[in-house]
Amino acid sequence: MKLDAKIPSGDLSNKWVDYRSSLPLVSPANKQRQDVIIVGTGLAGASAAASMAEMGYNVKAFCFQDSPRRAHSIAAQGGINAAKNYQNDGDSVYRLFYDTIKGGDYRSREANVYRLAEVSGNIIDQCVAQGVPFAREYGGTLDNRSFGGVQVSRTFYARGQTGQQLLLGAYSALSRQISLGKVEMYTKHEMVDLVLIDGHAKGIIARNLVNGNIEKYAANAVVLATGGYGNVYYLSTNAMGSNVTASWKAHKKGAMFSNPCFTQIHPTCIPVSGEYQSKLTLMSESLRNDGRIWVSSKKGDKRHPSEIPESERDYYLERRYPAFGNLVPRDIASRAAKERCDAGFGAGETGQSVYLDFEDAINSMGKDTVAARYGNLFDMYAKITDENPYKTPMRIYPAVHYTMGGLWVDYNLMTTIPGLFAIGECNFSDHGANRLGASALMQGLADGYFVLPYTIGTYLSNEINKDKVTNSDSAFKDAEKEVSNKIDSYLTNDGKRTVESLHKDLGQIMWNHCGMSRNKKDLSKALNEIKELKNTFWSDVKVPGKKDTLNAELEKADRVADFIELGDLMIRDALDRNESCGAHFREEYQTDDGEAMRDDKNFSYVSTWENKGDKAEPILHKEKLLFDTVTPTQRSYK
Amino acid sequence: MSNKLNLTLKVWRQESSDSHGDFVDYSMEGVNPHMSFLELLDVLNERLITEGMDPIAFEHDCREGICGSCAMSINGEAHGPVKSTTACQLHMFHFNDGDTITVEPWRAKSFPVIKDLAVDRSAFDRIIQSGGYVSVNTGSAPDGNAIPIDKETATMAFDAAACIGCGACVSSCKNSSASLFVSAKISQFSKLPQGQPEQKQRVLSMVAQMDKEGFGHCTNTGACEATCPKDISMDNISTMNKEYLKAILS
Repeated sequence: MKLDAKIPSGDLSNKWVDYRSSLPLVSPANKQRQDVIIVGTGLAGASAAASMAEMGYNVKAFCFQDSPRRAHSIAAQGGINAAKNYQNDGDSVYRLFYDTIKGGDYRSREANVYRLAEVSGNIIDQCVAQGVPFAREYGGTLDNRSFGGVQVSRTFYARGQTGQQLLLGAYSALSRQISLGKVEMYTKHEMVDLVLIDGHAKGIIARNLVNGNIEKYAANAVVLATGGYGNVYYLSTNAMGSNVTASWKAHKKGAMFSNPCFTQIHPTCIPVSGEYQSKLTLMSESLRNDGRIWVSSKKGDKRHPSEIPESERDYYLERRYPAFGNLVPRDIASRAAKERCDAGFGAGETGQSVYLDFEDAINSMGKDTVAARYGNLFDMYAKITDENPYKTPMRIYPAVHYTMGGLWVDYNLMTTIPGLFAIGECNFSDHGANRLGASALMQGLADGYFVLPYTIGTYLSNEINKDKVTNSDSAFKDAEKEVSNKIDSYLTNDGKRTVESLHKDLGQIMWNHCGMSRNKKDLSKALNEIKELKNTFWSDVKVPGKKDTLNAELEKADRVADFIELGDLMIRDALDRNESCGAHFREEYQTDDGEAMRDDKNFSYVSTWENKGDKAEPILHKEKLLFDTVTPTQRSYK
Repeated sequence: MSNKLNLTLKVWRQESSDSHGDFVDYSMEGVNPHMSFLELLDVLNERLITEGMDPIAFEHDCREGICGSCAMSINGEAHGPVKSTTACQLHMFHFNDGDTITVEPWRAKSFPVIKDLAVDRSAFDRIIQSGGYVSVNTGSAPDGNAIPIDKETATMAFDAAACIGCGACVSSCKNSSASLFVSAKISQFSKLPQGQPEQKQRVLSMVAQMDKEGFGHCTNTGACEATCPKDISMDNISTMNKEYLKAILS
């Protein structure tokens, strides 16, 4: 199958405007006859549901949480980028485009990224109009800060709770459409299968998580806005419920999956404190502006940090990267911490952490200034660790945070299944091999407010003359039966292993072999381990409880089953990519001084995987990346 | 490091909304004081599953204190004993060896129990649907800087908007009033120019929906503010009352 990204012709800066003006329109009367299912109510899903309902479509929205407002977009701290140039520092759509494509290490599409930068300003206007309380200057204008190492201030923020405020804005717009009867909202519903009729996505099977009913929903098109798959690692900064299930069911029905091995690992998280831990907490990377990162220069040093003299401290980032020091990009800072800990120099009881020290900052600028800048982060750290970071250095360790890979989509955000669209983190399209800070919120809202509502017309305009699909079609009954059998098989399996313990095993395999740095030997080993784990899962999983009441273990079982299969694909993808780029670091492909070595000649493509069923291996398709406007260059932070 | 704790948990178990519930005791030994309260429940649930028993149902998701999913009374206090802290961010070092800890769901008629500690809070969504928004369609917004808002006003609007919709205010109120939740949204929009055109209708609709959902009235005891994990102020309730009065008198 040939992958056609359907990039419009013409000059990069005019593509979107020209294309949007030529898109087929669906008349208001016809929109009222079109049903669209949207799965997920985070920034992408809620904004798409609200916008499409405003346009006249009948929307059915689904989320597994008890309210659409609880989607994990809510936890984003830092901010949202937009090329407004309000600070008059020379920012432009082109600069935001360039920073994003370079930050992604030249593994994303020029046209998609340019469009993202182009609509970024509209997002801010829309959110302000909804009453999102962004930070402001004394004069009443919107405030900005710089973020993620770029040279302009283009990040809009609402204290450390930008994701919350943006999501509540989208949720309020969604709530308005629910009250107007244009959106039917299904909370506590999980999509458990995609239904295809004549090769087109025409509905979903959803499980009502409260009473266990398996329900069938038909529509003219299905949109997935189901977020990222970081929980494949068990421990991540994702919410406990974040999962790949909807995307994976779609993948198994024919939607191709791209760049699964591109996962972002954030350097400044609170380290794991014990076996019982199920979730990691991120602290804003702004801490690295004034904190100094170090470990003891002696192996296995169990002394309290205050007892380790200056001469025995190794400020390894400053040593390795004198020009950027503690401010190197996320992937480099993360790998360097892992290197020290793996070599036996890590701090704390577990040896799996490094110090982030504010002593010098407090001495030079005073405790009050440090408190004004980082007080809320210090409080959060103290709340979780019961240690006072003003006196004792913080301990940090990298954690899985965001997944750049996802369902392959064309310029219209349609997957390889006609009628199935993917928006936000669950598609692969905009961040290449590494995402810049404050760009996830931007992409979710760009897709939902300003891209999908137009581009979905390319598909729906051809659907108006077709017979309406109903959920009485045999395809729905077959899918329903399959789901129902699977649920019974979980509950009747006479196993001994809890879902959680199997998920932990999966996390260990993925983190150890397909985490911050990868090599062929370990990846090959991991492929076998995953295979064994999959067998263990199906023969020995123990799922308690009933199917007709709230049953979190049953929900988790199906999610973990999908994560195991995804893990297999991620490892295959990491094995295929014989280069280091962005967050993907293959130990065999590095420069003499340990930096990532990209191979544009052989790997300037989007790896796109086709599922061939449980018995056969997936097939790799390559979408060649073409760079007409920018010239890929090698990154250096020495 | 810190000493391990031996604890007794008294947990409310209720199979479904229409079944009878009761407290069940569980003894927990060797609890790591660095665990969060929800991790304690995770550990207990793993044990229950292994022993062939039904694990305790409870709502949770982000575990960073921002999604508002987690909801439980711990020793009679919404989210437990530590101020400005959700249950997911409450760590066991706040408890002592030998403690008996009582865990129960939010108790309010408008939040019926689904199972064990999980309650149905959809009433909050319906209140927002009744008017907790600014009616602005996508694409019709003016430039973000077209409406200047002074820093102090923006800060006050943010303080009200920080509500996570967890329902602790309802749970801790002797009248099961949702006034703090409803007033936070009304107050956020009443401070902002964007909220003005619909202010009157908003306050009337949202208050009517709050009553329809069966929440009680506010008698100014302040329990809501004291237990709110996000420090939403009772001043918002005064703002709501003022806006309500303005709306019915004009």
